[in-house]
Amino acid sequence: MEKEILIQELVKIIHKNCKLSVEEIATMLNTTTVAVAELIDELEKDGTIKGYGAKINWDNVKGSNTVTAYIELKVTPQMTNGFDRIAERIYQFPQVTSLNLMSGSYDFGVTIEGDNLKEISLFVSQHLAPMESVISTATHFVLKRYKNDGVIYAGLPEDDREAIS
Amino acid sequence: MRDIKELINKTVIETPPSGIRKFFDLAAEMDDVVSLGVGEPDFVTPWHIREVGITSLEKGKTHYTSNAGIKELRVELSKYMKRRFKVEYDPLSEIIVTVGGSEAIDLFIRTVVNPGDEVLVPEPSFVCYKPIVNFAGGMAVPIETKVENEFRLTAEELKQAITPKTKVLILPYPNNPTGGIMRREDLEEIAEVLRGTDILVLSDEIYAELTYEGQHVSIAEIDGMYERTVIVSGFSKCYAMTGWRLGYACGNKEIIRMMTKVHQFAIMSAPTLAQHAAIEALRNGDDDIAVMREEYDRRRRVIVKGFNDMGLTCFEPKGAFYAFPCIKSTGLTSEEFCEQLLMSEKVAVVPGNAFGESGEGFIRCSYAYSVEDINRALKAIERFIKKVK
Ligand SMILES: Cc1ncc(COP(=O)(O)O)c(C=O)c1O
Repeated sequence: MEKEILIQELVKIIHKNCKLSVEEIATMLNTTTVAVAELIDELEKDGTIKGYGAKINWDNVKGSNTVTAYIELKVTPQMTNGFDRIAERIYQFPQVTSLNLMSGSYDFGVTIEGDNLKEISLFVSQHLAPMESVISTATHFVLKRYKNDGVIYAGLPEDDREAIS
Repeated sequence: MRDIKELINKTVIETPPSGIRKFFDLAAEMDDVVSLGVGEPDFVTPWHIREVGITSLEKGKTHYTSNAGIKELRVELSKYMKRRFKVEYDPLSEIIVTVGGSEAIDLFIRTVVNPGDEVLVPEPSFVCYKPIVNFAGGMAVPIETKVENEFRLTAEELKQAITPKTKVLILPYPNNPTGGIMRREDLEEIAEVLRGTDILVLSDEIYAELTYEGQHVSIAEIDGMYERTVIVSGFSKCYAMTGWRLGYACGNKEIIRMMTKVHQFAIMSAPTLAQHAAIEALRNGDDDIAVMREEYDRRRRVIVKGFNDMGLTCFEPKGAFYAFPCIKSTGLTSEEFCEQLLMSEKVAVVPGNAFGESGEGFIRCSYAYSVEDINRALKAIERFIKKVK
């Protein structure tokens, strides 16, 4: 297999399930364990693979009552480095779990996690809104998660096939 | 009144139930069974196809269709057969839409078989051919295919089985349960034997899209085979649409016309809802097939390696979604193996002899399961064979 295609297939597989062993991945991709191990090493080093984490449905974790909010941020870009400088100042906060520059009616989409609504509201009013270049914010709280990162959380169809057919 | 049993058709009474069914009943009584027993995709029908089905209901498309199926669907089928397999069928006279590939098989056999006619059935193969031939008053003649030929039908085996009474050859490739396929050169040899005869071919190509090395070749593509071949196929396996019950047959105008007559009286028309969804599948479903095929292919490698590593030799299946490892090294028969495996490890697989005598010594393991499930089952099977060896 061509290396570029091999990489595409490999990242698809481990994005879906990073618990698979190098041997299993090698069998699935019809290549050697050495080749897979080397590729993974390479992808970790060049920053393509940014880490390995489980996909958690936090609603099912007892005692965890994390609140998530999505904030639309409008800003005036600065002369030098445009949006990047503003982004840097936003993503440094540990409360910010994702940050994207958007097309359309606002500039940044910011995802924030906190222990409760108040904490998030305070974070927005104390840290985001007062920033020099910020023109406006609109905060939306997540009420229920149906699907995240390709995984459906609610009402998953079970395997209702009989054991033998 | 007499005992009801005496009033039932003798052939029906005497035909044994499917060997799959026996294990089905056993497994159904147990909890937490890890299964590699299922002959249908684990995927749910792709959403865009389901959505068209739903929309068709919303629009009130709840009536019968024409007997042979919605014309638009037959036109799409005609395009599809040409696009994928380079065989051309006239949508108006050479294609019929049926209730699953199953009905297409039944229609064909009832349409062509006279009492006493012989029908050649390469085995191991899907369980329905023989009973249907029996019900039609025909004689099913099994041909034992061999693991050393990767369960392909050879010209020699075919020649041996032909008699003056031979009416039909059933060609069940890609094969359930072995995963064997027929390459173009294998089909050329079969065609060479058939060319001088009046033998018809029923080519069950329901797994054609699930071929993992090269493209599937239909026997209808081979010189002199087109006129005598009826291809049956369906939406169950390639689009993960088993529950919609939709299939089709393509072939000679006269045969399709007569099959449509039988269908008209027995069935009227295939499910309308499913026909609308199938149009969408054929128009926009090629990518879905590619994604599922790729996923099966990966699982195929995992399961085949798993069996070979634990010492159950397993030839490489090139089609469908089954592995067919040999369990003779355990000293158990297929049924003993499956029953003991189910009892001691709660893993369900299907004994090879359910698909014909020549499947004895093998088990059918479906890989229409997640890699995690496959690995769990493989580990349990490995524990089991360590115990019995
Ligand atoms: C070889 C073969 N042919 C035909 C069928 C029938 O499929 P359907 O009636 O769902 O189209 C099956 C189903 O398992 C099969 O394995």
